[in-house]
Amino acid sequence: MAAVAVRAEGLSKRYRIGQRVPYKTIRETLAGAISAPFRWSPTILKRSAARNGDQNTIWALKDISFDIGVGEVVGLIGRNGAGKSTLLKILSRITEPTEGLAQLYGRVGSLLEVGTGFHPELTGRENVYLNGAILGMKRFEIDRKFDDIVAFAETEKFLDTPVKHYSSGMFMRLGFAVAAHLDPEILLVDEVLAVGDVAFQRKCLDKIRDVARSGRTVLFVSHRMNSVRTLCSHSIWLDAGHMRMAGPTPEVVNAYEASLTPVDSERQTAHHGSIAQFRGWEIVEPRSEQPHVLETQGPLTVKVVVEVRAPIRHGVHAISLWNTDDVLIWGWATDGIDLPPGVHAFMCDLPGLPLKPGAYSWRVGLYSDGYLLDRWHCVPQMIIATAALGDRRDEWSGLLNIPCGFHVVEDRHS
Amino acid sequence: MAVLEATREQQRYPEPAPTVVIRPTRGWAFLDVRELWAHNELIYFLAARNIKVRYKQAAIGIVWAVLQPLAMMAVFTLFFGRLANLPSAGVPYPLFAFAGLLPWQLFSRAITESTSSLIMHQRLITRVYFPRIIIPMSVTLAALVDFAISAVLLLGLMLAFGFRPGAAVVWLPVFVLLLLLTAFGVGFWLSALNVEFRDVAQAMPFLSQLWLFVTPVVYPSSLVPAQWRVLYGLNPMAGVVEGFRWALLGAGPAPGPMLLVSSAVAVGLFVSGIAWFHRRERTFVDVVG
Repeated sequence: MAAVAVRAEGLSKRYRIGQRVPYKTIRETLAGAISAPFRWSPTILKRSAARNGDQNTIWALKDISFDIGVGEVVGLIGRNGAGKSTLLKILSRITEPTEGLAQLYGRVGSLLEVGTGFHPELTGRENVYLNGAILGMKRFEIDRKFDDIVAFAETEKFLDTPVKHYSSGMFMRLGFAVAAHLDPEILLVDEVLAVGDVAFQRKCLDKIRDVARSGRTVLFVSHRMNSVRTLCSHSIWLDAGHMRMAGPTPEVVNAYEASLTPVDSERQTAHHGSIAQFRGWEIVEPRSEQPHVLETQGPLTVKVVVEVRAPIRHGVHAISLWNTDDVLIWGWATDGIDLPPGVHAFMCDLPGLPLKPGAYSWRVGLYSDGYLLDRWHCVPQMIIATAALGDRRDEWSGLLNIPCGFHVVEDRHS
Repeated sequence: MAVLEATREQQRYPEPAPTVVIRPTRGWAFLDVRELWAHNELIYFLAARNIKVRYKQAAIGIVWAVLQPLAMMAVFTLFFGRLANLPSAGVPYPLFAFAGLLPWQLFSRAITESTSSLIMHQRLITRVYFPRIIIPMSVTLAALVDFAISAVLLLGLMLAFGFRPGAAVVWLPVFVLLLLLTAFGVGFWLSALNVEFRDVAQAMPFLSQLWLFVTPVVYPSSLVPAQWRVLYGLNPMAGVVEGFRWALLGAGPAPGPMLLVSSAVAVGLFVSGIAWFHRRERTFVDVVG
């Protein structure tokens, strides 16, 4: 058993709620002091809040304990509000735990956001130094790594331009580049890969993988199960502030994904799922190691697996594709499907999905005689990882990813 | 493999001491000076950023640093020196006013900007760890640039008026130190208070005006009746301003008991400011974020 890099024992964080304004004004404090003179001192206030317990406070994290060995790459997963960010903030020392203890063995680099402290008026060069210092680098270190940082970010030409003129993509690249050269022994990362174009996201993932391979310890918060699967040997699943499960990534991620399928309540209340249930989806053509990543502009086949328990006559299958902004990209329905009990695969052949690289999600449904049999927001998401063909600026790249054959001719008719 | 608690039973090796220990802090704890020193470059970079940004965004940039104190001096000379005919301790009034404005402007800028500094740097506070006290510190240090420019201007004025500083000028560094202690101390207090009570920022312009009137900037402290002067020294800026004038222009008597009181208050503000700031620091994120 290797040495421990991060140890958490009973970490808990309590927040006070019910306070509309997060800060007080003197008037409120005075009013409070008059109406309840003994509560005035902040320490007494805290104690009374603790006594009132459940009413005024919420445990964002409760009793989290784990050990992470040196060189391990661990994924931290869970729904929004499960406490992932709070845990990362505690380990980064941004906020204090209410209870518990954490010990970190080695230099810690935390990356909760890309480009923290960048000032729009300052040039790329100035911001690299400032951001480096904010992340804990020494000036000589930044001097030494400066060329690497700039090369990694691919922003050489704009070094002396104020970053307010940068595109959001360039901004992210420069921010990540600084952070990537921090060289910490323990790296805490939060979902920074959720931004930027796919090519750059790849680069970021590769960098994190390099960090992991070089024996560093990484704690990686992500909503992207694909990234977690490829990067992390182990995962921790947080649910409503509690540690729901910890162990090898495939087991934890599978259990988490199963819990995400938003059918639980529906299936229990109605017939849903008792006759048919969606089981999974993947891209089967072109076949690749990552069946949820699309790397081609050309034809593809999407397979959706459904388990049928009772015969279905005149069923209707609907499938739709959505982007991360919940915009419907495409929808299709097929009726008159007869299915015997058993496991079936619905195969959808498409001539191509010329969409801007990024994350998309499939939604599928199965109906019979107007009744909903099952409905599923497919997990994981589909990642389209083709080369970007449109405008290089993020804000002008649009929804479609199609090339344009442009030429100029003389217009004789006018 | 090690994510599970099970591994804890397997510790057979003596472990090195952890680099970082995170646990809830309770009660009063004093600032960790070593840790602050480890971040010395961050203080520098943040101060440099404040200065650069301030002057990059202004059309006439650094000229402001020259114009402001000169304009103040002109206004003070006209109204207080000529019209109100206030005494100026035997020194030409413009010089008298400028020597007072030099420390005063640093102080006033430092406390005004410190007050809102933590709110302004909210993103930084909620995303990265570093000793939070660096933020008000860097704001005050940034004000030193304007201070240096004003000091050069004052030197020019003294030459123009044919004034040469006497031997007392060797005491000047002491008064600069006293000025910084005061500015830091008040800045720490106000910045920490403003996180919890946003009223502080609202009251700031008023507070700084008030403070100007109880500080001998436009008038000499000799206007204050002798028996009250020690009490007057409770305002540390009174000692600082009188000290500056004495060291630079030889104006007024050598600072006595009043200066001692001012120095004690300045040190008290500085130490208590650090302690208070450090005590409230741990809640900043939860309030600001």
